[in-house]
Amino acid sequence: MAARTVESSSGGGLGRMATAADDRQPQVRRTVVKTLVVLAGMFGFAFALVPLYDVFCQVTGLNGKTTDTAQSLVAQDADVSRTVTMQFITRSSAGLPWQLESDIRQVRVHPGQSTEVYFTFTNLSSHPSVARAVPSVSPSQASLHLRKLACFCFENQRLGPGESFEAPLVFQLTRELPEEVKTVTLVYTLYPQDTVESASRDAALSSGGGA
Amino acid sequence: MATLPPKHRLEYGDTDTAGSAEVHHDRPRGLMRWVLTTNHKEIGTLYLIFSLTMFFIGGIFALVVRAELFQPGLQLVQPEFFNQMTTMHGLIMVFGAVMPAFVGLANWMVPLQIGAPDMALPRLNNFSFWLLPVAFALLLSTLIMPGGAPNFGWTFYAPLSTTYAPPSTTYFILSLHIAGISSILGAINIIATILNLRAPGMRLMDMTLFVWTWLITAFLLIAVMPVLAGVVTMMLMDINFGTSFFNAGGGGDPVMFQHLFWFFGHPEVYIMILPAFGIVSVIIPTFARKRLFGYASMVYATASIAILSFLVWAHHMFAVGLPLVAELFFMYSTMLIAVPTGVKVFNWITTLFRGSITFEPAMLFALAFVVLFSIGGFSGLMLAIAPADFQYHDTYFVVAHFHYVLVPGAIFSIMAAVYYWLPKWTGHYPHHRLSQWHFWLSIVGVNLTFFPMHFAGLAGMPRRIPDYSLQFADFNMVSSIGAFMFGASQLLFVVIVVMCVRGGRQAPAKAWDGGEDLEWTVPSPAPLHTFEHPPQYRPLEHD
Repeated sequence: MAARTVESSSGGGLGRMATAADDRQPQVRRTVVKTLVVLAGMFGFAFALVPLYDVFCQVTGLNGKTTDTAQSLVAQDADVSRTVTMQFITRSSAGLPWQLESDIRQVRVHPGQSTEVYFTFTNLSSHPSVARAVPSVSPSQASLHLRKLACFCFENQRLGPGESFEAPLVFQLTRELPEEVKTVTLVYTLYPQDTVESASRDAALSSGGGA
Repeated sequence: MATLPPKHRLEYGDTDTAGSAEVHHDRPRGLMRWVLTTNHKEIGTLYLIFSLTMFFIGGIFALVVRAELFQPGLQLVQPEFFNQMTTMHGLIMVFGAVMPAFVGLANWMVPLQIGAPDMALPRLNNFSFWLLPVAFALLLSTLIMPGGAPNFGWTFYAPLSTTYAPPSTTYFILSLHIAGISSILGAINIIATILNLRAPGMRLMDMTLFVWTWLITAFLLIAVMPVLAGVVTMMLMDINFGTSFFNAGGGGDPVMFQHLFWFFGHPEVYIMILPAFGIVSVIIPTFARKRLFGYASMVYATASIAILSFLVWAHHMFAVGLPLVAELFFMYSTMLIAVPTGVKVFNWITTLFRGSITFEPAMLFALAFVVLFSIGGFSGLMLAIAPADFQYHDTYFVVAHFHYVLVPGAIFSIMAAVYYWLPKWTGHYPHHRLSQWHFWLSIVGVNLTFFPMHFAGLAGMPRRIPDYSLQFADFNMVSSIGAFMFGASQLLFVVIVVMCVRGGRQAPAKAWDGGEDLEWTVPSPAPLHTFEHPPQYRPLEHD
């Protein structure tokens, strides 16, 4: 870094408050406009990150989400050379007085083969309510290769007091599932949907409380 | 090589009459003078006083936490209140103490160091300061609201801060919005000032490191404060308008909150340390009586740290279940930051090498910064190792790490800056003996407080919990004693500053004989108006 000298600058006939700031107002304005543009861009970017995050996760399957619409069966022969253990975990969240159970805790499948598992929803409370089972797959690289032909998780479930409901999950692990994946865990968490649904839900249910 | 630049004479016309500008226009007196001021020095002072106030409020919250943790078991406060204290301590220290202190120093010193008459946008400057008391009055008022203050930690992870949050969270969001707008406006002002109001002849690569680091910090603020604003807006909508940005039940994703938050949060931690690098880089050359070693590499290192800070956010999230590739990427990119940071530490040490060092209080704090910040940097490297982080995650080791970079890092650099520039601000030197006491009490207090936390953390003590197992009792008792010692010694700091404002040994214009930057060419105390005619600045040829 260079050393420096400071010299006097004769401001000439300028009044004492006629400062550099006045001469440079247009430049300052340009800088401010540029920073404001960046600012608005970054604020928009923060919101754009939400759909970008979803797309990114969908393409890469990184956060273990599965698609929320039914997929078609891929015609594949079962790869009998390997067996993958498919585990099911079910739980209820946020104090929702519901129970979700699968008829089988784990099932051993060959990649390519399609399998059907039944889940039972029970509303343990004395009020009708609406809930949805949200899936999550672990390890996340398996989520791209788990195809759901039918699933209760595509829609909300409405249950009256004490009511039970059995629904199937039909899935297929495709043969492209990486070799190193020996166990796939599918977790269903029940979330209350009353607040989400409140705008559209029908009058019959509006008398009910819910969590 | 180590010769000082030739002494220069400053002969701009109105030095002797400077400060008499009040004669020319009617200035409001009393309180209104401070409410309406557009003067960069007065606004800088307001920022610094505000920051000091917040430092004590946040400090009291920290002492409540440390008092509760003095012994295992629950003695003084309930867990709910403990959580509010940890949250408010973090928020106030980050947004209310450290950031405004640096903005205050920038207000005071950036125009003086670049030869500008004031900030580029003086009225905006006034507005961005007065937003702060509003923001923090709102935030502090949540303490007396039903349901209590925010209790979810300063990182306010959703859905803890949305679905399970107290009703006061909406006030917290508004307060963060206002504080964020204040920071953004301050940053715009600093960028506009530095880019447009430099003395004629001063190129970017002639600016002091303090000005450089603040320019880069201001760009970081512009880039990430809007993201914070976006995140809290999404929280607001999730809480009040039924959206599901972070609610898995409605198709949202809580992990996305962490990505968005740390995309803001990691650059934010550099916002709190880059100006500290700048301060230390002007103080060490002054008291080593040598020019800063490796000026250009310092500038490039600062810029690289700023750029890298956008690529490392997920190292705060190693334990959320990232895929292996992501863990590796964020681990290596985080470790990469050690390179430019190492360049800086190397340059400071080389500046000291064979210098004529004197140990004025500012220099003591700057040297302590170099040593203790490096400790914080090394524990950061340990935390960067993804497989090891699973053990350290959410333990007191993390608390020790970030307090080492923030307290003897950012806070010590602010104190160094205050001791360094007090003669310029007040015209008096701070009391030498008392400031030495302040330094030694602080450094002992800081290390007593935070060093044992490393051990408690490695032994598995979780953070943010009001109680702990018996085996952590000794570490915590030492930490609490250190914390009260550090807190009490800051009262001495206030005494020193007040004494310095009221009187003391007169300081000449060039208060430190190694001080070569432009601020030492104006009288001490600096008159209200300086550099009304820009000084002609001409860098000398390289040796």
